[in-house]
Formats: sequence, C-alpha cells, structure tokens
Amino acid sequence: MRKLPHKDVAIIGLGWTGAIMAHGLAEAGLDVIAIERGPWRDTASDFSPAYAPDELRYHIRHELFLRPAQMTLTFRNDARQTALPIRDWGAFMLGNGVGGGGLHWNAETWRFLPSDFVLKSHLTERYGATFIPKGMTIQDWGVTYDELEPHYDRFEYLCGTAGTAGNLKGAIQPGGNPFEGPRSRPYPTPAQKQPFSATLFAKAAGELGHQAFPQPSGNMSQAYTNPLGVTLGPCTFCGHCEWFGCGNYSKASPQTTILPALMRLPNVAARDNCEVLRILLDKTGKRATGVVFVDTDGEEWEQPADLVLSCAFTPFNVQMLMLSGVGRIYDPATKQGTIGRNFTHQVVSTAQAFFDPKTHRFNPFIASGAIGMCIDDFNGDNFDHGPLGFVGGGYLGQVQTNGRPIETTPVPAGTPTWGAKWKAAVKENYNSSVYAGSGVHASFYAYDDVFLDLDPTYSDRFGRPLMRMTMDFHENEHRMSAYLTDRYAEILKAMGARQVDKLPRTGHYNVADYQTSHLCGGAVMGTDPNTSAVNRYQQSWDVSNLFVIGASSFPQNAGYNPTGTVAALAYWTLEAITSQYLKRPGPLVQT
Amino acid sequence: MRNVNRRELLSGTALVMFGTMAARARTVQGAIPWAPAAGAPPRPVLSGPWHFFTPAEGRTVEAIVDRIIPPDPEAPGGKDIGCAVFIDRQLAGPFGRAEGRYASGPFLTGTKEQGSQSRFDPAAQYRAAIRAVDAYSKQKFDGHAFVDLAAADQDAVVGAIEAGTLPIEDIDTKAFWTMLLKNTREGFFADPLYGGNHDMAGWKMLGFPGARYDHSDWIDRHNEPYPHPPIGITEAPLWSPGRPSGVSDGR
Amino acid sequence: MRKVFLVLAIAVLVGAGAIAAAIYATDPKRPSGPVATSHGTQQSFGEIEYGRYMTVVADCAACHTDPHGGEPFAGGRPIETPFGAVVSSNITPDRETGIGAWTDDDFADALQKGFGRDGHMIYPAMPYPHFTEMTRRDVDAIKVYLGTLKPVHNAVVSDTLPFPLNIRVGMRAWNLLYFRDGRYMPDPSRDATYNRGAYLVEGPGHCGACHTPKTMLGGDKTAEAYQGAVIQRWTAPNITGDARRGLGSWSIEDVVQYLRTGHNRQAAASGPMAEEVDLSSSRMSEDDLRAIAVYLKGQPGQGDGAPPVASDTPAMRAGAAIYGNSCAACHGRGGAGVTGLFPTLARVPAVQQRDPTSLIRVVLDGAKSVSTQAAPTGAAMPSYGWRLDNGQVAAVLTYIRNAWGNQAPAVSASEVASMREQLKRAN
Repeated sequence: MRKLPHKDVAIIGLGWTGAIMAHGLAEAGLDVIAIERGPWRDTASDFSPAYAPDELRYHIRHELFLRPAQMTLTFRNDARQTALPIRDWGAFMLGNGVGGGGLHWNAETWRFLPSDFVLKSHLTERYGATFIPKGMTIQDWGVTYDELEPHYDRFEYLCGTAGTAGNLKGAIQPGGNPFEGPRSRPYPTPAQKQPFSATLFAKAAGELGHQAFPQPSGNMSQAYTNPLGVTLGPCTFCGHCEWFGCGNYSKASPQTTILPALMRLPNVAARDNCEVLRILLDKTGKRATGVVFVDTDGEEWEQPADLVLSCAFTPFNVQMLMLSGVGRIYDPATKQGTIGRNFTHQVVSTAQAFFDPKTHRFNPFIASGAIGMCIDDFNGDNFDHGPLGFVGGGYLGQVQTNGRPIETTPVPAGTPTWGAKWKAAVKENYNSSVYAGSGVHASFYAYDDVFLDLDPTYSDRFGRPLMRMTMDFHENEHRMSAYLTDRYAEILKAMGARQVDKLPRTGHYNVADYQTSHLCGGAVMGTDPNTSAVNRYQQSWDVSNLFVIGASSFPQNAGYNPTGTVAALAYWTLEAITSQYLKRPGPLVQT
Repeated sequence: MRNVNRRELLSGTALVMFGTMAARARTVQGAIPWAPAAGAPPRPVLSGPWHFFTPAEGRTVEAIVDRIIPPDPEAPGGKDIGCAVFIDRQLAGPFGRAEGRYASGPFLTGTKEQGSQSRFDPAAQYRAAIRAVDAYSKQKFDGHAFVDLAAADQDAVVGAIEAGTLPIEDIDTKAFWTMLLKNTREGFFADPLYGGNHDMAGWKMLGFPGARYDHSDWIDRHNEPYPHPPIGITEAPLWSPGRPSGVSDGR
Repeated sequence: MRKVFLVLAIAVLVGAGAIAAAIYATDPKRPSGPVATSHGTQQSFGEIEYGRYMTVVADCAACHTDPHGGEPFAGGRPIETPFGAVVSSNITPDRETGIGAWTDDDFADALQKGFGRDGHMIYPAMPYPHFTEMTRRDVDAIKVYLGTLKPVHNAVVSDTLPFPLNIRVGMRAWNLLYFRDGRYMPDPSRDATYNRGAYLVEGPGHCGACHTPKTMLGGDKTAEAYQGAVIQRWTAPNITGDARRGLGSWSIEDVVQYLRTGHNRQAAASGPMAEEVDLSSSRMSEDDLRAIAVYLKGQPGQGDGAPPVASDTPAMRAGAAIYGNSCAACHGRGGAGVTGLFPTLARVPAVQQRDPTSLIRVVLDGAKSVSTQAAPTGAAMPSYGWRLDNGQVAAVLTYIRNAWGNQAPAVSASEVASMREQLKRAN
C-alpha cells in the first residue's frame, strides 16, 4: 500500500453532503480531498439533452446507478431467515459517481416538521408512552427544527428551491403549507407552474377541507443564481427527471449548484473511480488517521488526514463504520450496540385514477420531478392519531413526475397484463389517468427488529462482507398506509375520476418493489451514546475526528423526502466543525 | 489496454462502470473536466440478421410478442413494431449477459420478497424458454411448433407461461414471464434506436412525444391535446432539408 | 485553396527574404547603445506588482505555459499558425533555458522588435507588432516580474515550421511588409480613457492578433482592423462598433462584464477567448476594461451585408424543426438564452459573424464556457456532431443566423463537412 501526502480533510463520497462539506471546509482554509467510488459526471458530457430523455438507458437499465456487482446488500424480512443478495435493484436505487443521489433525484425539497425532531417526546406527551407500538424504537434527534432552520434556508437558497411559503416567522401564508415550521424568509423562487392534474387535485382537496400547496421543488421555475454565483436555468418540463441527469442545468444538483465553485478552489481535489475500503484508526481506536482506497488498477492507497467525513449513502456509511471497527454493531437479541440500529426506509403507496378520455386530457409527459400539489393534513402528527391506532403519516400529492411509456401506462384493475385488451386499455387511459408513483409518501419509524449488520456469507469484489438488511413492515405501517391511501383515493374520486384503484402498502417489505430510495438510519444521531452512533453534530461518539453525515443519522424517517433534511444536517455539522471543532478538536458533546 | 470507445461499451445501453473496462481513476483539481466531443451518445442498433436468436428462435419470439401485443387496425403488433429485434439486440449485449448483476454464489431459493436469485442470465433464460415453448406447443397441439399454431392456441401457450404452468428447465417460469412481458413493452415503447418502436408507432399510439426536452409551451395548456409529433433521439422526419414537411421517411 | 495560399506565401517570403538578407548584410540585431543591467528581486513590491499586472494584460501566461501540466511561463506550448506550429519559449529566469541571462534591452528588443537574443528573428506568433506600441516602462516592468518567478529549466525547441519558413531570415522580409517599430502615440483629440483603451488594445492587449483579418502572409489587414477573423478553427468575432456584428449593440457595461466575467446578458466566452478571459481580462482593472470598451466601440464596422435568408427555404424549415427539438430547451424558443448560462442567439453579434467557423465547431464538438470568480458556472454546450449530419448542422445554423431578426450568410453542408474533418484530425 502506498501512502499519499497528508490532507487536512478526507471525504468519502462526493454527493450532496460531500460537496457541501468540501466547499465549506475548503473555504475555511483546509486542504480537502474527496474520494468518490463512481465516475465524474457532468451535464453536457454525460447527459446531454440530446440523449438524456432515454427511458430505456437511464431508467430501465440504470445507467447512472451503482451496479450490484460493484456493491450490493443482502436482504431478509426477519432475523430467522437467511438473507440473500439483492442481485438486481428493486426497492431502492443507489447513486454512483460525483453528485450521488443528488444527480438522479426528483428534487422534492422538503423540511421535516418541528415535531418530527422530538418525535418520542411529542407522541409520549400527546398520547402517552403506551400509545407507541411495542418494539418501535423512535427517539428524539438531539437537534431541533429551530436549530436547523438557518441550514434548511441555506440549502434552499443554494438550490433556488421553488415554492410558496406557508409559515413566515410564525405567520401563516395563503397558498403555502400551513403545517410547516416557521421559515425565516420566503423560498428563493416562486413555485413552478402546475399541470392540469395537479390543479384538479388542489381543487378537490380544497373541497374536502384540506389545504393544498405546491410541492417545494428543486426544478427551477425561473433562472436563478445562487450565493456561490452558480446559475441554474428554467425547467422545461421534459418529464425525464428522477433516475436521469438533468440536461439543461435546471434541476438542483451538486453539479448545478456547488461543484463549479468548489472545483475552482485551489485547496480542493477530487478522486473519481476510487473506492474507500476502510477508515484507518490509530492504536487506541479512538482516532481516525485517514482512509484506505483502491483505484481502478486495484492499487491500494493510504490517504492520511486529520479529519475524516463519511459522506456515503446511508447503508454504506454504516458499512464503513462496521468494516473499520468504529463503535459496536447492533445486536437485536440483546438490543445492545448502535451501529446498524434504527434502520428505516419509507412507506409509499398510491392510487390510480381513471377519467373519461373525452373530458380529461392530462398529457402526463409534461412533467418535472417535483411539480405537483400536495396536502400535509395527514403528515407527522398534524392529525389526531388517538382514534386511529397508529403513529406516523405522510404527505399526499398529485406529483406526476412522468409519462414515460415503459414505466407509466396505468390500466384499470382487472385488465389483463397482455393481449388486445391490455393494449386497448393502455391506449384509452394513457392520457386520461392520474398515477403518481408516490402519491402517499409516508413515514417509516424505527423498530428493534429492523437493522443492518454484516452478512456472514456474501461479500463484495474486495472480499468485504455485504451489509445485511433485515426489514419488514409492522402492523402500524399497514394501518397507516391503509388510512392514508383511503384519504388519497377520496381526493382522486373528488377530482371526477370514473374509477379509482387503491394500492395501499400491504404484506411484507419486498426488495423487488420500488419504494423510493430513501434509506435512512443505521448510524443515528442522538443525545445518548447507548442509543446513537453519532452525537447531535453527526460526530462519532467513538472517534471524535470522524463525522458520519447523511440520512444514516435519521433516528427514524418522517413522511417526507429526506434530501432537504440531509443537507440541512450537513450545513449544521459544517458550522459546528468550523466554529467549534477546528478551534478545539475533540468531542463536541461530552459523554 | 485497448483504447475502448465509450460508444462501443454502450451498445445495448448498459455501461458497466467497474473493472478494467471502466473509466480510469483520476484526480480532478482546479476545473471541471471537459473535452471536445465529450459524451456517450447512443449507437443505434443495426438492421439485418438476428444477432442472438437463431432464425427459428427469432420466428418464435416474433410470434410470441405478436400475441403479447397483437396488431390492431390503428397500431402494429409486437412483431411489426420490432419487439423481437429489440429483444434480440438486448440479449446480444450487456443486458443479455446480465452485466452488473451481483453474480456471486451461493445461489439459494429465497422468498418472493428477496427478488430474483437465478443463476442464469437473460440470454440463457430466453434460450431455454424458447425451447420449452416449442416443446410445450408440440406436446399440447399435435406436434405443432408455436409459430404454426392458431392465434387462440398461441394465446393458450402464452397464458401457460404467465400462469407458470409451462415448465422451463432450471428456470422459474413466472420470473421469466415477468421479464418477457417487460422486455416486450420495452421493445414497443423504447426509443426506436434500440430496434423496436418502429416508426415511433408505440409513441404515436399513446400520444407520447418521445425525446422532446422542452414542453414549456404546453404546461399552461390544460386539458388540451398536445400538438407535436414524437421525435426520436437520432431521428425526426422534419430535420432533413429538402423533405416536404410533415412526411415521414420511416426508417 | 488553402494550399495554394500557402505555396504562394512561401514563394513570396523566400523572395523577400533574399532581399532582406541583402539589406541586413551586417548584424541588424539592434542599434548600439548602453547595455542595461538586469534588474531582479531588488525591485520594490510596487514595481513587481505593476509588472505582474502588465504580464496579465499582455497575457504572457496563455502562450508561455504548456496547458498540459507545464510549469507557469516555462514555455513549450505549440502555438498554431496558418503556416504550422510555433512552440513558445521559456520566459522564466532560468539562465540556461529561460531569460535569466537576458538584459532589459535584450528583453525589450524581443518584445518590441522581434529580435531574439541569439540574433535570430522571432515569428510574429509572438505579437511584437503589437508589443512595439508599449512603453518601455511597461516592458521593463514585465521583465521585473518575470525575474521574480521560480527559474524552470526547460529547453524548448521552437523551430518547428517547415522549410522554407524555418529560415528565419524570411521574417525580416515579413517585418518590412507588416511591422512598424514605434511606441503608441496618444491622440490629443481624444480623452484619456479612449487613449488608455487604444494603448491597451493596440499594445499589450494585442486584440488584433486574433480579431483583425490577416493577409495570406499573416500580416494585419489594417483597413479592416478588428472586423473579425478566423484563427485556430475559431471565429474571432468583429469587435468594432458595428451595430449588427460588432459591439455596437453592447453597452460599455456589457463589454466590461464580458471581459471581467466571461459572460454578460447575451454572451459566453469559450474557446481561445475563454482562455483570454481566464488568464487576462478577468484579472484586469475595471477602469482598464472600461477604456478597452470605449476604444473598441469607437472602431468602424463593416455595415450590413446581404439580406437575410428567406424563412421558407427547405434549410430554414428543417433548421427551425431541429432548433425546436435540439436547441430550444436551453437557448429558448425565441433564442433569448439564459444570462450566465446559455448564450442569447437572437440579434447578437456572435451568431451573425460573416464567418460561421465557431458556430459550426460548437455544434459539432460542443464547447465549454469560461468559469471565472465572478461567474463560476462555466456551463458547456454538448456535442451534436453525432446527432446531426452535415446538412442538418448547416440547416440549423442557417436558421439561427437568419431567425428572429438575425442576418448572416447561409451555412453550407460542405463547410460543415470540412470542419468535421478538421476537428477529427485535431481531437
């Protein structure tokens, strides 16, 4: 193994969090290296508008994603089963390359509710401790909405997020989300124009007494230049957003918001196509001395650094800790250990609505990743769960991201899957149906029997054990999904649909069935080292010069897309490092 | 190492970014990398003979996809639109070899929630399945191969694949059906450059405008028919000077 | 056609060279005079800093640094000329391979007369016909600054032109035809800003090196100064006050912003101009950029040419379809573009140049706009050479050059074919 010159900071992964941290720490004067497993990716070179709208290549064949042969996970529903490898992606997609998930996301840019950050205290106070289902291990985050607000704001102004404020410094605003936490200023850009189906949804929701508002969107409603001087263009509603790179600089991504400014800094370097194998610790095991990575020739390199930031995607942050011997791996039998604990995903469901083609023409292909109208009446604890017998919730929305025909050709329930009847039904309903893949976007709270650990059998191409995920839905999630899907279907019916087919989440968690790519937890933040892997600043309790940044820190997942909160946490951690840690390196929270 | 053209890697679309064929590791510093003529545009498949299927296999697959999506007076069926050509070119490329799939053993039988655990790549699955379809047809219909059956009998055979009652050696028939159905729809609706969706007929059937990247003129036109014809990634009838406007040159 | 010119050029040079050789039978290297001693690091910070600034204005780094990993100012970069490549010299203070042993007069002679220190003549790829306008103080200041750099040992072989151009005596003839030794003389009828601009443009800025049309021998066509030229397969556009093709429609502020950031409300710098902005004009003072704008806008243009191509030709119709499907998602349906990201195409000089070279290559190969401190985005235009054939590229360019009030000659498929060949060889 060859040793490289020392750097102040080594960053594992150059996605949203890696880019935010690299920029902030380089601006603070530190010498930064970011090491990225996948290739460099850039707009004009890798997803030109001339071939970006290729459903087969990007969506069906997964061009921008990690290949399972490179790295995958094993899966089982419960600890009595033998976990088997995920050989082809299904339930979630894992980004690969510079930009990470920030390249292929839909750019739905939410904030979590204030109560989400103090979930356990809040539910206990409102409903009593016994209301929380047995085995559910939800906890407070250790950071509050008010503390994160400036950082949410910073990310939204980085991205140019398009939206309508619902709560400005405590004053409820017309047209916005009345349930959101107070924001210090309006969105940087106005909400996107809405397609027909979304306006119908908003009207119907209003008639049912709900308060519809535009989904906050990282697809630009107008050209925008962010505080780093980087310019984005207006979204042209191409309908090839999620799973695709944006060809015309109109979706907020590391490429379109940070990297041009970041790479100008002389004290920043990035290595692409290099995979970090492990974090190196000194003899005490309490201090990281750098990382080991391998290049495309199979050559291993040691990169010494004073500060190591693990900015990989959720399960790979957790895997990095386990493979490096940081902290204690969670054991579901004894409930001891923190690494791998409180692993969560998302509970997504929907309903398909079919309208009369003579009176309704939706042109579903006129779409962007995050245009749509939503309601938040059934998210978090915005509604009384007392009589309902479950906790959690989600936003409901008509967020139709595409009309790409391999993926999106809904037919009414009971239609054969092939033959002349299928063909006729596809043709009749393509332009007159509403089918938001994640119309109901709900929370996934943590359980003591949902976790990550190291697989005893299957390994990656370097011989490292794969992450083993043990995950299933519980009664609480089934009840929640049924209830929310019913509410959603009511709205679709009120829109004037002649048929509404409900598709609530039922049965076991299925790793072949797409659910969003919102894997969360496994190295969660908190105030107690016995139930969290990192402190409230995403600093490892065990290794104080190691920060683990990303959705891996979420103690449980809320009913929103996670990126806004992931980025806010990154900025929160960045501020803690620059204003506290660099002045006095060491634990920022004493145990 | 041979200098590999990125476009070569892309035939069949799946670019596997690891191993010795991948882009080289490098250090990026000072500026965003860029080079003239950068990019990995797709390479349209070539017309002509089958790349993967034998002629007999090709005929069988054409007959199958024509039952999965039959022709009607307004739109071609799976055969004429090129679904079999599409599948053939896909099977001859990275998809057929399951490039990028996690292929380490042991291969165990799991629950349906654990996803496909097959040790066979799509190319091998198709080969076995086509053999099984003909064997099944001959057994059920007096020694007739699938292509020689009447439409209703062909439907019965396709139905047996769907139901999982048509045995395929070493292959989970229902899993194969899922793949066959998906691949057929892909051939019907993917960009024509991949060999299917001939004349963009699949898109015309739906009113899907294809590889257009700008719908900003129609976002405000609620509940109105979209007026523009589809375009492909590498083709559009109106792009060629000298051709009368509105006349398609087909392919 | 190009070959014929080259042969002619060689013939003329050889002939003239013989005459020149006769005229300078004795060593013509420089007039006699006291040999100044080399300055060095004992100069004041102020002088060094002033020299650094003049080095930026003269954009020495662009040519004298090998972009492929070369040390700053150590030379070795091949500079493409119509007659072949000339490799730039090492101007670090290395005594053996750089200019460490040079006197101030050696340096001034090289910069302002094209005399090499060893007695040979310098090719005018080094813009001494422009630098001759500079004050001696500015020339000395550059030398002072260069003297503070880290000496780099890098022997450069610069004689790479084919016979007979490798006979540098030919350059004496060339100088007779095209070179006027002499400092810039302020025009007393103009204000200080104009005169400062004139000095910068004509002298250290050497704008005409690219933007003034050249004779077949590579000399300036002075009557058409700054009216645009083709260099290194790029169009150096008209930068006179011409209303359609030049800077006439840009305000002073537009010009300043373009030079300072590489971008303004309409345009984005790419190609050689991106390099100029990056290394030179983005680092110049606002006052100097303003002076340059004032002077350039005061230069006479060429006036409108032929009327626009009619909108109903097959090429214009096909071009409109291609534009809508391939270009509008960024440049907008009406060619308005997005400031700082996608250049405007409607009624802007860049697309209405008589020569379409840059437009053709940008469509075929793509281009990266410059990233600067003030405008870091540096968006890139993707390559369309794989998607559009020669006729289609010609059609869409003919369209954008004649839509929305634009007016410029049609582009032919054969021009596109020729550029495609050239780019294939270059890439």
